[in-house]
Parts: sequence; structure tokens; C-alpha cells
Amino acid sequence: MPTTTEPETVPAPATAATVPAIKFENVEKRFGDNVVLKDLNFEVAKGDRVTLIGPSGSGKTTILRLVMTLEDLSGGFIYIDGEPLTHEERGGKRVELGEKAQKQIRKRIGMVFQQFNLFPNMSVLENIIEAPVHVLGQSKEEATARAMELLESVGLPDKADAHPLELSGGQQQRVAIARALAMDPEILLLDEVTSALDPEIVGEVLGILRHIAATTDITMLIVTHEMQFARDVSNRVMMFDGGKVVEEATPEVMFTNPQHERTQSFLHAVLGNAEDQIGTR
Amino acid sequence: MNELWDWDAAYAVLPELLLAFLKVTLLVTVVSTAIAAVLGLVIAILRMSVPKPVAVVINFIGDFIRMTPIVVQLLFAYWTFLSVDAIVIGIAVFGIHYSTYMAEVYRAGIESVPKGQWEATKALSMSKSRTWIAVIIPQALRATVPALGNYAISMFKDTPFLLTIGVVEMVRAGLTFGGNHFRYMEAITLAGVIFLLASYPTSLLISRLEKRLAYNY
Ligand SMILES: Nc1ncnc2c1ncn2[C@@H]1O[C@H](COP(=O)(O)OP(=O)(O)O)[C@@H](O)[C@H]1O
Ligand SMILES: [Mg+2]
Repeated sequence: MPTTTEPETVPAPATAATVPAIKFENVEKRFGDNVVLKDLNFEVAKGDRVTLIGPSGSGKTTILRLVMTLEDLSGGFIYIDGEPLTHEERGGKRVELGEKAQKQIRKRIGMVFQQFNLFPNMSVLENIIEAPVHVLGQSKEEATARAMELLESVGLPDKADAHPLELSGGQQQRVAIARALAMDPEILLLDEVTSALDPEIVGEVLGILRHIAATTDITMLIVTHEMQFARDVSNRVMMFDGGKVVEEATPEVMFTNPQHERTQSFLHAVLGNAEDQIGTR
Repeated sequence: MNELWDWDAAYAVLPELLLAFLKVTLLVTVVSTAIAAVLGLVIAILRMSVPKPVAVVINFIGDFIRMTPIVVQLLFAYWTFLSVDAIVIGIAVFGIHYSTYMAEVYRAGIESVPKGQWEATKALSMSKSRTWIAVIIPQALRATVPALGNYAISMFKDTPFLLTIGVVEMVRAGLTFGGNHFRYMEAITLAGVIFLLASYPTSLLISRLEKRLAYNY
């Protein structure tokens, strides 16, 4: 067994210190007859930065989308801070929560998409303050002040009045990151946020994410092909294949001394000669 | 007196035509367009938000309205609601009839909004109403403004059907003048010219608006 933390072996009371930020319990996800995830169990502790790696089609995106409630859960349970996200067990039965209860939990989760998904009909500033004002009930002044701080921190203070489609892909993604952070999420989901970007601007976006990882305690669930980035920001890497976690370890162990044969061949395929590739960016 | 065109008759009928144009044709077009635009949007959103069986019923009613002539609907409503003013019947029938077309336009516009936009609103925990008002409708409208404008023009040109239920719109006013003076040519020609003079600039305006919206995006 590779180096892991196994919280479920410690029967501790449900206190803030031990309740995981995210917990998958016997999660199953089907698209029609296609069973993508089956009996999936894992936990992400508060403040953890977990990177999911694995071959294309192994279900990484689906996991993030399940947490964001963009996909329906076919079976099992997901808990956020120990509270059910979409379904709970009641009287031995699995029942879906009401929309109101789901929304309460969903507010703690933010997501940055591969395709940015900024609202093209709004200015950059409007994109960022929309949810803080209308969901969190902040005043416009308060939300704007915070938005300007965030724009500053992603290096785009002069773009507040620009429209998203006037910006480059890298700039749009930085706005999308600011928009997600404006909601003060406890959990941030990042799904291949640099894959739609030109190679020369990948670095600017990753730099910002590194900074966020270093200066906040937001729990992050990351899907990326940027192995050096994964190594820099995450404290845990989970290797997926066939809808299962085949191996999990710290990045150091995972990238230098993977135990499982599937991990070895996957890393070999994406990194080529690992020693040559890692540490180049 | 029997020549093809009589300028005196033309001058005499023109004020009557313009009066009927302003008081009836324009009024019905503007009010019915407003009704159709709002009702069409409501139908389009309802259809996407209600359970499937309800949506099927709404679709059926929509198909029924679109597949029967507006003249038949005018006459049917007129003889069903005898106590209601004919012009009110006219406005309601035009508004409802065209709302079913506009609902189709809105549906296409709404479907043209990428799935990622919906997902972003969910990731931001936005409410249903903010999602529609702040994100989906503004983007859907962009694609629909030209089609909506063209339906408004089409409705405008359908207003002479109102004469079948006794509303004195512009053509009816022309026919009345013609009957009284035995001169139809001037009245009918001028009515046509007035329709053209109103429709053409409107369609130019719509295509300009279309370009503007496309550019901003
Ligand atoms: N909306 C969908 N409909 C049907 N199948 C889907 C859908 N989304 C994902 N899948 C399937 O689920 C599997 C996992 O996909 P995904 O989570 O995107 O994998 P990854 O992100 O690891 O590449 C794939 O086989 C994919 O074809
Ligand atoms: Mg993916």
C-alpha cells in the first residue's frame, strides 16, 4: 500500500478537525448502460489539495461534476463537511434532498471550467459580482471592492469593464478564477483549466493557482495533465482507472516511485522519461 | 371622372386612411407585438420548466393555433365573445397567435445558449430567476431579435384581416370611402403605400440592430 492517510480507520467523533471536506461513499455513476464509477470511496480532508490523474475517460471529470452537482448521482452518497450533498439515508432508504437543502451545500463549492464559461453578456466586473450580490446578498459596493481586489490578484485590474470575448483565453480563465473565488468557496474544483489555452499562457494561469494554493486554505480537487503543477500544489495524488482509485500517494512518491503497474505505465505515457520531464516547467 | 387615377379622391381618402392607420392598425400591431413578445417568452420558459406531460399539452395548443388560419381564429373569437369589443378581440387573437411563433423563436434562441452557461450559473449557485434574467434571456435574445422583428412586420401586414370582424382598420376605411365615392383604386393603392412606408424602414432598423448585437458579442 502506498503512502496514504486513512481517516476511516480512526473512529473519531465527527468534529471539525476530522470531518472530511469531501467524502464519496459507494458512489456509482452510470450514463445509460455505461458504468463510469462503481463503489467509489474516498475522502478529501479540509485544506487538502488532491490531484486526480488517470487515462482519458477514467471518470475524473465526472467526479468533479458530481461534486458540483452538474451530474446526477446514480448511486451512493457524497458528503460535504459531513453533510449530504444530494442524497441521504433516511429510514434505510436513499432519498434525494430538496433543492433548497442542496443549494445550501452547493454554495460552499466553486468550480473553474476548461472552457471558462464566463457570461459574455456581462462585463468582467459584472461576471464577478453577480453571485456575491444576488446569491450571498452582498451590497454592490462591497462586492465590487472585493472583485477589484481579486482582479488585482489575478493581474487584470484594468479589465473590469472589458467584456469576456475581448480578452485572451488566459485572461478569461483568470477572470473565471476570480469569479469562483469571489464566492469564498471552501472547496474549489479545477477541471483541466489550462487545456484550452495556448502553451505559452498556461504558465500565467498556473502561477495564479499556485499563489492561491499557497495563500489560502481552500480545499482543492484538481484534474490536470500538468504534472509539475500537480507536484507543486497538491499534497495527494490519486490515480484513477476503470472508475476506481488504483493508487494514491503524495506527489513525491507517486511521481518518482509509483507502486501500481497501471500508474507506472500511465505516468510513463504522459511523462515519457519522468526524470527528464518533471521539473522543466 | 372615370380615369384610372383621380388625385382629388387620393387627397380626400388620405386623411381617413392615416387616421385608421394610427388609431387601429398601428395600435393593434404595437400592443399585439408586445403581448406576443412577452407571452411567447413565458410559453418558451414554461415549456422548459414544467413536467413533460404539461409541456406536451402546451405544445399541442401551440401547434393547433399555428396550424389554423388567423382569420378563422378572429371569427371564432368574435362570435364566441360577442360582448367583447371587436378591437380587443383583434388584439388578443393577434397577440396569442403570434406568441406561438415567437415561442418557437425563443426556444431556438434559448437552445443556442451553450450548456456551459447553465453549468456556470449552477456552479455559482444562482437562483432560477437570476439564471434566466441575467444570463439566458439576454444571450437568447441576441439571436432572436431579428426573427421577432420580422414577425412583428408580418403581424402588421395581417391587420387587414380585422375587417372580417368589422374593425375599421386602414383597408376597411379605404373600402368604405370607395363604396361612398365609387373610387377604390386610390384608397387601396395608398393603403399599400402606407404599409410599405412603415414596414420598410422597420426592417432596415431590424437588420441594423442585428448587426449591432452581433458586433457587441
Ligand atoms: N454526458 C455524458 N453522457 C454519456 N457518457 C458520458 C458523459 N460524460 C462522460 N461520459 C462517459 O464517462 C466516462 C468518463 O468520462 P470523464 O469523466 O469525462 O473522464 P475523464 O475526465 O477522466 O477523461 C467516459 O467513458 C465518457 O464517455
Ligand atoms: Mg476530463
